Amino acid sequence: MCSYKKTEKSLLQRKIHDKFMVALLMISTIVVMTPLIIIVGYVVYNGIGAINADFFTQELGSPTRAIQGRPTGLVHTMVGTAVVDLLALIISAPVGIGAGIMLSEYPDHKLNPFLRIMNDTLNGMPAILKGLLAFAVIVKPMGSFSGLAGGVALAFVMIPIIARSTESALMNIPWSIREAGLAIGLPRWRVVLSTVIPAARTGLVTGFLIAFARAAGEAAPLLFTSFGNNYLPNHWTGMIFGPVDTLPQRLYSLAISPYKEWHSMGWAAGIVLLSFVIILFVISRLLTKQKH
Amino acid sequence: MQKREFVNSIYKKSLSLIYNWLGDKIFLITIVSLGISIILLALGMAWVLLYEGHTSLKVHGVIGFLTSSEWDPAVKLRFGSLPFLFGTVVTSVGALVIAFFPAIAIAIFIAEYAPKWLGNIIENMVHLIAAIPSVVVGIWGIFVFVPWMREVVYQPVYTWALENNSSLLPILGNPIGYGMASATIILALMIIPFTTALTKDAIDQVPKEQREAAYALGATHWEVIRMAVTPYARGGIMAGSVLSFGRAIGETMAVAMLIGNKNNFPFTIFGPAATMPSVIINEFREAVENLHLSSLMAIGLVLFVISLIVNLFAAYITRKLSITGGQSI
Amino acid sequence: MVKEKNRAEKAISYKKPENNSHNILKLNSMSQLSDVRMETKKLSVQYGDHYGVKDVSIPVYNKQVTALIGPSGCGKTTFLRALNRMHELNRNIKVSGEVLLDGENIYGDKVNPVIIRRKIGMVFQKPTPFPIMSIFDNVVAGLKLTGTRDKRYLNEVCEKALSQAALFNEVKDRLNTPGGKLSGGQQQRLSIARALAIEPEVILMDEPTSSLDPLSSMKIEELINELKEKYSIVIVTHNMQQASRVSDTTAFFYMGELIEYDSTNKIFTNPENRKTENYITGKFG
Repeated sequence: MCSYKKTEKSLLQRKIHDKFMVALLMISTIVVMTPLIIIVGYVVYNGIGAINADFFTQELGSPTRAIQGRPTGLVHTMVGTAVVDLLALIISAPVGIGAGIMLSEYPDHKLNPFLRIMNDTLNGMPAILKGLLAFAVIVKPMGSFSGLAGGVALAFVMIPIIARSTESALMNIPWSIREAGLAIGLPRWRVVLSTVIPAARTGLVTGFLIAFARAAGEAAPLLFTSFGNNYLPNHWTGMIFGPVDTLPQRLYSLAISPYKEWHSMGWAAGIVLLSFVIILFVISRLLTKQKH
Repeated sequence: MQKREFVNSIYKKSLSLIYNWLGDKIFLITIVSLGISIILLALGMAWVLLYEGHTSLKVHGVIGFLTSSEWDPAVKLRFGSLPFLFGTVVTSVGALVIAFFPAIAIAIFIAEYAPKWLGNIIENMVHLIAAIPSVVVGIWGIFVFVPWMREVVYQPVYTWALENNSSLLPILGNPIGYGMASATIILALMIIPFTTALTKDAIDQVPKEQREAAYALGATHWEVIRMAVTPYARGGIMAGSVLSFGRAIGETMAVAMLIGNKNNFPFTIFGPAATMPSVIINEFREAVENLHLSSLMAIGLVLFVISLIVNLFAAYITRKLSITGGQSI
Repeated sequence: MVKEKNRAEKAISYKKPENNSHNILKLNSMSQLSDVRMETKKLSVQYGDHYGVKDVSIPVYNKQVTALIGPSGCGKTTFLRALNRMHELNRNIKVSGEVLLDGENIYGDKVNPVIIRRKIGMVFQKPTPFPIMSIFDNVVAGLKLTGTRDKRYLNEVCEKALSQAALFNEVKDRLNTPGGKLSGGQQQRLSIARALAIEPEVILMDEPTSSLDPLSSMKIEELINELKEKYSIVIVTHNMQQASRVSDTTAFFYMGELIEYDSTNKIFTNPENRKTENYITGKFG
């Protein structure tokens, strides 16, 4: 009887302890999430004023242009970003998909364990080192900063992510599909390209989007590869073989510049960058959801 | 001859080479060479950094480069990486210490307590926040966070120390706002979503039976978490924290924008400092001397080696502790 | 349950007599005529040190159904998959011995597995339509994806294969809908149609009805009976009624070894080996 009462009492204590922990967890969630949401709010609040038609149609030019109130904008940055990101996608997609196919479709291949370790290593390396690598292999031999070098640097960021996501997307397709393909006399390459990859396409695209969102926000590898440029190049080849402006790197330059006018353009660049990343994120989430 | 007939007789129209052995050969060669190119990329990164940085390492010696705190690109051309090594380690460790418990708290909250809809919302937000580019965090840090911290925290503390305990002043440093403290806190904010996501994944992998067994003993929800969930998930949580630490080490832009970038070693708490990525970002574009460039590459090499160790360590923990760790308890 | 049993009995009473008398006659005369389509000689399949199948030698007669029975894990599926070099996806599996197709060893040096698999089709335990392909594309996949572009020819093949698989009437109005939208039984018949479309000579079936409801199973069995007019069929099943209903000859496997091979009638009525008898009478398995 006595011991029964004792447990009763401690049960109450335990329940209070339980409730206390819930409260603590909730509070810490709120405390941590708030500043992160505030960031998004601030970016929009400070940048929205600088977004106008000029922002999307004019070049940046020299700081005096902004100070004297002449029209300036970041059209060259957006075009540059599109070019560099597209280059990155073109370069990284085949390599990443190829490695992903190797990992999932040839699971017995002797190189696979090593490839997996190397891919994870590459994925874990800071993006800035990928910039240094692109600098050493593209910028130095070519003798100038270029959009191509920027694309290559971002491709180095994307490749390991795409390889990993391709592997897991293909692994999700039951092995029986491959056997069924072989059983009707398809060669292995046809089985992979025409039955496995189409079946895994949602997963593949999701992986691409995630890799793309990650690379699109990177500034560090671009600062010494595509370098930056206040103007549109005179000719389109300048986009690939000459210095090119990109959004994250321009945002950095604007933010650390001493001009107030440029600061608000920096916030506006933040809005563009953020909405781009959010759109990619939402699409990838919707795709994943649709799959299940 | 007979064999040939046999092969040809197979099908009305004999298959072209590409659908026969040739296609598979070409495909395999293509795939494997793409795979190998990733291996080459990883090895090439190490080689390039070593190759570009070896001039500096030769001039200063490996030990000298790692232990010297003198970084003078203008006059004496002497380069030592100790300040940046120190800055990177201190900011990253600090960030992990700040981020660890809140990150795990959020993960436990969304995995265990929050109703499903709320958990989903928070989890999606966590993933989204993890995807915010670090330059965006950086611009917020420059124009909002740093001024606010300067007014509300750094300056009052500094004034208090000035009046009451002036021996603290050399440790606190100049409260201009840009410095070690700001960078560390921002870094912590940036790795929280990352740690949370990895912790949540680890918690999700706890088998239902573990939890039910604990409930069957009459445990409260919190006790279930203590008894069944965290021990089982601890391998994943530890690995996640190590990976977050790796993230913090390599985090470049936000830190470079907020840390003040001064290599006046030893650093102070509030005063400006520098990390390995931040010094590369700040000086690489302006470096003209070969030895300076080479030294920055050598710093890249140090960063590479540290990241490599951290990643391998995380992989080791995952293998060692993940599933068997929970069962052996 | 009762219904199923009745149905099974009915099926036996309906088919067995004529089938089996016919079989013995055929078997004896056939073997003398050596109308052997395929033959295995000391076929072994090894997983590392472990033998999945050991030294199995059996013939497969032309236009007959050969059933492989035995308790699960006895190696019957492993054996079946060795008949069209399906084990090659896994490097840890080693196949030794010979599999002769029309007297030619399919494991010979210069023989291409792709060609072999076009000659020896296979139907799996679970229906495996290619998920996002249309019904039409599924059926003609084996042709279309190896370079046959002639649309008229493909249409012809598709209709023929679907009719042979007794599916055409059910799907002829929706050939463009994805194969995954069909019911389980229809999917399995689609898989059979897909195997038939490349006009194989031998069809291997790995427990083709095990994931289907009784009605669909019945349809597949009827189909097998029709298909053997044209094809040689090897079927793995752990449903003994099914084996006795559809097959002409039966091989009983146990622990990776062939215990007994004879006409189905003999195996099910008067087996020579005690193990076979025990299995047939349900003492183990």
